[in-house]
Amino acid sequence: MGFLKEIGKYFIFLGNLFVNRESFKTHYKLVVDECLLIGIDSILLFVLVSTFIGAVSTVQTAFNLVAPYIPKYVISQVVREMTVLELAPTVMAIVYAGKVGSSMSGNLGTMRITEQIDALEVMGINSINYLVLPKIVASIMMYPLLVIVSGVCALTGGYLVGVITGILAPTEYIYGIRYLFNDFTITFALIKALTFGFLVASISSYKGYYTTGGALEVGISSTKAVTTSVIAVLLADYVLAQLLLSPA
Amino acid sequence: MIEIKDISKSFADKQILKGISGVFEKGKPNLIIGASGTGKSVLLKCIVELIKPDAGFVFFDNRNFTEGNKSLKIEVRREIGMLFQGGALFDSKNVEENVRFPLDMLAVMPRDEKQDRVNLVLNRVGLQNANKKMPSELSGGMRKRVGIARAIVNNPKYLFCDEPNSGLDPQTSILIDELIQSITSDYDTTTIVVTHDMNSVMGIGDNIMFIYQGEKLWEGGKSDITHSGVKELDDFVFANKVMIAMRDKNAGH
Ligand SMILES: Nc1ncnc2c1ncn2[C@@H]1O[C@H](COP(=O)(O)OP(=O)(O)O)[C@@H](O)[C@H]1O
Ligand SMILES: [Mg+2]
Repeated sequence: MGFLKEIGKYFIFLGNLFVNRESFKTHYKLVVDECLLIGIDSILLFVLVSTFIGAVSTVQTAFNLVAPYIPKYVISQVVREMTVLELAPTVMAIVYAGKVGSSMSGNLGTMRITEQIDALEVMGINSINYLVLPKIVASIMMYPLLVIVSGVCALTGGYLVGVITGILAPTEYIYGIRYLFNDFTITFALIKALTFGFLVASISSYKGYYTTGGALEVGISSTKAVTTSVIAVLLADYVLAQLLLSPA
Repeated sequence: MIEIKDISKSFADKQILKGISGVFEKGKPNLIIGASGTGKSVLLKCIVELIKPDAGFVFFDNRNFTEGNKSLKIEVRREIGMLFQGGALFDSKNVEENVRFPLDMLAVMPRDEKQDRVNLVLNRVGLQNANKKMPSELSGGMRKRVGIARAIVNNPKYLFCDEPNSGLDPQTSILIDELIQSITSDYDTTTIVVTHDMNSVMGIGDNIMFIYQGEKLWEGGKSDITHSGVKELDDFVFANKVMIAMRDKNAGH
């Protein structure tokens, strides 16, 4: 019951995004600000995490494929599939929720408990439209970009480790990356990225926006924002895979 | 003038406001007083509908705000200035941007005119040289003054102040009270001030409403507050040593 109520409240929240809205010009500035914030907040972390994941995937795949009749390029082919299908869009969404989602929630939670949201509302401004819509739009725009960045970093990380440690030759790695490449996997990854960008921003904003209490509760909201976002991302990941990848 | 009729509000199963009615006149500060946790802030928020009351009506100059349509609500909201307990300054914006914000969002006027207006109100609250400071760099008293500047920049008809001098030293408190009083009479606003500070009550309390555990127990002016005959109000008023000394001195005569 409580769960259904929460879902209902979340959808009403989303409905309010477009009520009594501010001008395009106002929003344009806010969206640009949010995009910069998201980028600055997460780019280093994304580069770091995905490079390492790419490198580790390469080493571990090589470790598992010991049979001599398996060609070396299969290693980078596997790393590519893992990166495009799951590591870049989904695993990084968990990192994204931890970094960007929690900061969105903390930001709105602080604005709530210090009555900044009330101050907007009392001026007749729809605070959900003014504060949350730019966050969601920025996230939908920025997360796919970050996914592309992390895909490139992961493959680069794999390349560097693979070549430096002598697991496979540069030409083999490149050959594997291009071998039997299905470009729908990229489309699929971007569809996932758009979905996850939306989910993380909207859920985290929702959690932050409805914070009550004090500084302690802002922290609790942030934690809940991350856990709820992650669960939603994983559920959506499954649903999308079922819808778009299962043979018709 | 603001009129409220039978405002009630409960949270979960706890009734916070129990049918409060009253009239707040324009041109002088109207005080809502009472101990902490009696529902003063909730009442203020119910009046502007930041919290939706369970029952009752609010009239802004005879306009039925409670039952008004969306456009009436926005119209009235745009005539309201509100000072929040902690100032509620937008912490990503500097002083000047905070004060200009209502103009940027709600008013149609040229840039220079906005700037003039911002400087005018900042002057009015005694903050000439703080335009570029961030809220985190301000003292409590300065934050409240910026909050007041932001509340009055768009010429509100209605001014609401929630504990404008809590957490301030006595001198700054008096300055803030005087500021609110002079703004109210200069611009003829309908002003409601929530406070539990007896200094403010004795300073600017011409029209006082006393709330005790969600009920209105008394209303009147500061000259009558010491002999209201209401026990709860006496307990509130004479919790203050200065007030006790004053009463005992008067009794000695
Ligand atoms: N949003 C809310 N949800 C639940 N209880 C609330 C809420 N806001 C205020 N209360 C409760 O209402 C009572 C009155 O609070 P308030 O109006 O802030 O008191 P004060 O007179 O000090 O301003 C308190 O017991 C407070 O816990
Ligand atoms: Mg209060």
